[in-house]
Amino acid sequence: MVISVTNLSRSGLSDWIIQRASAVILAAYTLCLVGSFLVHPEMDYATWRGIFDNTAMRIFSLITLAALCAHGWIGMWTISTDYILPLQFGSAATFLRLLFQGACILLAVVYLIWGIQILWGF
Amino acid sequence: MGTPSSISFDAVIMGGGGSGMRAALQLAQSGYKTAVISKVFPTRSHTVSAQGGITCAIGSADPDDDWRWHMYDTVKGSDYIGDQDAIEYMCSEGPQTVFELEHMGLPFSRTANGRIYQRPFGGQSKDYGKGGQAARTCAAADRTGHALLHALYQGNLKNNTVFFNEWFAVDLVKNQAGAIAGVIAINIESGEVVFVRSKATVFATGGAGRIYASTTNALINTGDGIGMALRADIPMQDMEMWQFHPTGIYGAGTLVTEGCRGEGGYLINKDGERFMERYAPTAKDLAGRDVVARSMVLEVLGGRGCGEKGDHVMLKLDHLGEQVLNSKLPGILELSRTFAHVDPIKDPIPVVPTCHYMMGGIPTNVQGQALTQDGAGNDQLIPGLFAVGEAACVSVHGANRLGGNSLLDLVVFGRAAGKAIEEMLAQGLEQPQASDSDLEQAMTRLNRLNESQKGESVATLRAELQDIMQNHFGVFRTGEFMAEGIDKLQGLGERIATVYLPDKSHTFNTARIEALELQNLFEVAEATAIAANMRTESRGAHAREDFQERDDENWLCHSLYFPSKKSIGKRGVNFSPRTVDTFEPQIRTY
Amino acid sequence: MLVSIYRYNPETDSKPVMQNLQVEVPAGRDLMVLDVLALAKEQDPSIAYRRSCREGVCGSDGMNINGVNGLACITPLSAAVGGGKKLVLRPLPGLPVIRDLVVDMAVFYKQFEKVKPYLINDEPPPAIERLQSPEERAKLDGLYECILCACCSTNCPSFWWNPDKFIGPAGLLQAYRFLADSRDTATTARLSDLDDPFSVFRCRGIMNCVAVCPKGLNPTRAIGHIRSMLISQGT
Ligand SMILES: Cc1cc2nc3c(=O)[nH]c(=O)nc-3n(C[C@H](O)[C@H](O)[C@H](O)COP(=O)(O)OP(=O)(O)OC[C@H]3O[C@@H](n4cnc5c(N)ncnc54)[C@H](O)[C@@H]3O)c2cc1C
Ligand code: SF4
Ligand code: SF4
Ligand code: FES
Repeated sequence: MVISVTNLSRSGLSDWIIQRASAVILAAYTLCLVGSFLVHPEMDYATWRGIFDNTAMRIFSLITLAALCAHGWIGMWTISTDYILPLQFGSAATFLRLLFQGACILLAVVYLIWGIQILWGF
Repeated sequence: MGTPSSISFDAVIMGGGGSGMRAALQLAQSGYKTAVISKVFPTRSHTVSAQGGITCAIGSADPDDDWRWHMYDTVKGSDYIGDQDAIEYMCSEGPQTVFELEHMGLPFSRTANGRIYQRPFGGQSKDYGKGGQAARTCAAADRTGHALLHALYQGNLKNNTVFFNEWFAVDLVKNQAGAIAGVIAINIESGEVVFVRSKATVFATGGAGRIYASTTNALINTGDGIGMALRADIPMQDMEMWQFHPTGIYGAGTLVTEGCRGEGGYLINKDGERFMERYAPTAKDLAGRDVVARSMVLEVLGGRGCGEKGDHVMLKLDHLGEQVLNSKLPGILELSRTFAHVDPIKDPIPVVPTCHYMMGGIPTNVQGQALTQDGAGNDQLIPGLFAVGEAACVSVHGANRLGGNSLLDLVVFGRAAGKAIEEMLAQGLEQPQASDSDLEQAMTRLNRLNESQKGESVATLRAELQDIMQNHFGVFRTGEFMAEGIDKLQGLGERIATVYLPDKSHTFNTARIEALELQNLFEVAEATAIAANMRTESRGAHAREDFQERDDENWLCHSLYFPSKKSIGKRGVNFSPRTVDTFEPQIRTY
Repeated sequence: MLVSIYRYNPETDSKPVMQNLQVEVPAGRDLMVLDVLALAKEQDPSIAYRRSCREGVCGSDGMNINGVNGLACITPLSAAVGGGKKLVLRPLPGLPVIRDLVVDMAVFYKQFEKVKPYLINDEPPPAIERLQSPEERAKLDGLYECILCACCSTNCPSFWWNPDKFIGPAGLLQAYRFLADSRDTATTARLSDLDDPFSVFRCRGIMNCVAVCPKGLNPTRAIGHIRSMLISQGT
């Protein structure tokens, strides 16, 4: 049995919507970055810095980072409940799955904090 | 095997087809401890195959329709040996039971004003035969049986009915007083043998078309209920009456519904002639099934059959147009393409009369209580035993069933039996007692099979049985030929009793089940053969070349086959409906 | 024709084996796989499989035929083996095997029962039938015809991984059959029962189910409809 306590919202619908909405944000952000590379064919550190001095860009980046974490978490959680099951791992499955999910959460939180630090830390 | 363990119920229904599940639904709502035992998961029962519909005067196609007209048609269709009190009950209770099915969720096709769609079927008329063709068969496309069976299963799930699926009933446990105490059953998955004790045992085990080599029936239609009852020395009624459906797919036996002709299709011979116009000038292709089937055989015998061997005729549908066929007969398109390699949108379907329905069965009253006859020829109830559906003979179909009347029979009498049992339980129906020796008696057959060391195989014996029935007891019958068939059956009987079961394992042993089914088939075949030979007249589905006329003087009655002496007796037909005048026997023309 | 059949009887076998049988098939006729299986059973009566209607309407004989799930009774031998010379029969994948080609369908039925597969309408019924227009009725086409053969669910990876929590294509098709019925009044309750991360949302839309349904039904489309209904209900 897979226990769904680790699923944050407990609603398949909101997971589904979050996953799609975050995907849209990620896509928009990617487009935005690609755009800036096109506008500034000779990208150097100063230009790069300039882009990120803009508050709007910082906020956008932060939102994207949050979206990435949410997207990644839902994806990883789904993978763990599809492939880390007694079917594949026997009785250790629940332990392994919680371990994997714990690692994913930890990683997401670390990235989020690190990202905030990079964007606003100096 | 020793003595089997036992479980007890207030009522047990053998069979999860339409009739069994309708009875179960009634009892599930009653609060008594009841269960359904079925050798297959309920929705895999044969009712699922029914295509055309359920006939009933619900007044949708014609607001003036009257259940009495339906009754008239049914009495006439039965060639006057259907019991008029039972037919009256069925036709008048019908609308209510059909509406109940609809409320349960059955997805009937609809008319423009939102009511249930009704199509014309054979033998239907308005105004007691004087008002022309009626359209009285309520349909869910051409998958009515599927829709009905699933709706009933759904209804039973909703009401928490207890199911023992993939359990096989082997034999009745009958005590010294002649009462039925329950059945011996095998849990197919584990092989465990159990005595299922019950105050009321209901047989809803369906038909036995598999006694013939060519049949529209499912492989599981082996007449187990009939076999069990005969071994328990219970008589069978009207077993000579087998319906041959005009339109079985040539070579495959699968059915294409009478609804095809109801929607406007018709039969043609090799010259492309619509030959039914000659045999039944008024009703044409929608005459009674017995009439149409015989006409087809006569066409073939007259050298006007189709195909290389000239041994079949064709059902033409293409003139109805692709759109009608797709919306009204989608299942038929599928079946024809799969089994006849024909696309009915373009080409006619090759068809032959094929064994379809057992009009006979366990004689019962309108409440579904099984009957026997005492020494003086009076009806006598068998305590503890009920029968409904195709296994029973109430009799509403007499010598020939009308299309769409079986599904109605299932739900009307399934419900009636459920109600009757509920009332009897409320009045303190007692559990018949069974002694160890009664149990042993019921275990004899299974024990013998399990101990078999040598003998012939199921497949060989079954094929031989089916060939005898096909050749000697078909659409047209003669005394001489039937006597020969009976002789052959006699030789076969002992061999089938000592059939060899090489595989004695317990888990899902289908070889054991098939051997037990074969023995039931034999019981049905023998009863059919002997009854057919005794009825020296032609009536309904029973057509004799040596006695071509109906003989009301001697045979306006049911036949009763008594298994212990293998003899035939007679039982009176009911001509006393409660609310309408008797329909007197008349010459039957269409 | 060489027929290779998956054999396993828990009473005698420690693990399954493939049994090879040579079956004489009559020339000039294209038998169905079920007919071939019956001929094989004449040779070896101990082969176990389910069957009933032999015309593709009861759903008993779903099995894996040369790698593809289907009904033995309506799969012609020629279509099954293609150009090859061998007929390979295995039980439906992903469910426990009871014996030979017979699988334990308990979890499949349990998922079906979970969607409350029956009409719910607590208003007292009229004296006649409930009315339904042909257009409303047409919404049930492609849904009510399901024969519960399990070919689809046992071809669905999501069902293999979470058979106890993902309802699977067959059950969801029935869930939608009642959501789509104009006579059913429990839509809201039905939808909220389905709104967990597994029941519906484990469907990955890869249409493995559609590819094998012997009745030509489309569970993926029905699942899409359920999802849209959930979104517009916004639970
Ligand atoms: C192809 C076809 C089309 C038809 N179309 C129509 C139609 O359009 N309209 C119409 O009115 N009629 C039609 N009929 C007739 C009608 O379908 C049947 O007469 C009817 O379905 C029989 O229902 P039943 O409940 O008596 O039995 P069934 O549906 O046959 O069910 C029998 C039940 O008994 C169980 N059973 C049997 N033996 C045992 C045993 N030993 N132990 C445990 N369980 C057992 C089986 O598992 C099954 O659940 C058609 C018949 C055929 C063959
Ligand atoms: S579409 Fe959905 S239900 Fe169908 S096989 Fe794929 S995952 Fe399973
Ligand atoms: S949807 Fe198709 S494959 Fe799935 S159970 Fe129903 S009929 Fe079988
Ligand atoms: S035997 Fe009924 S579907 Fe194949």
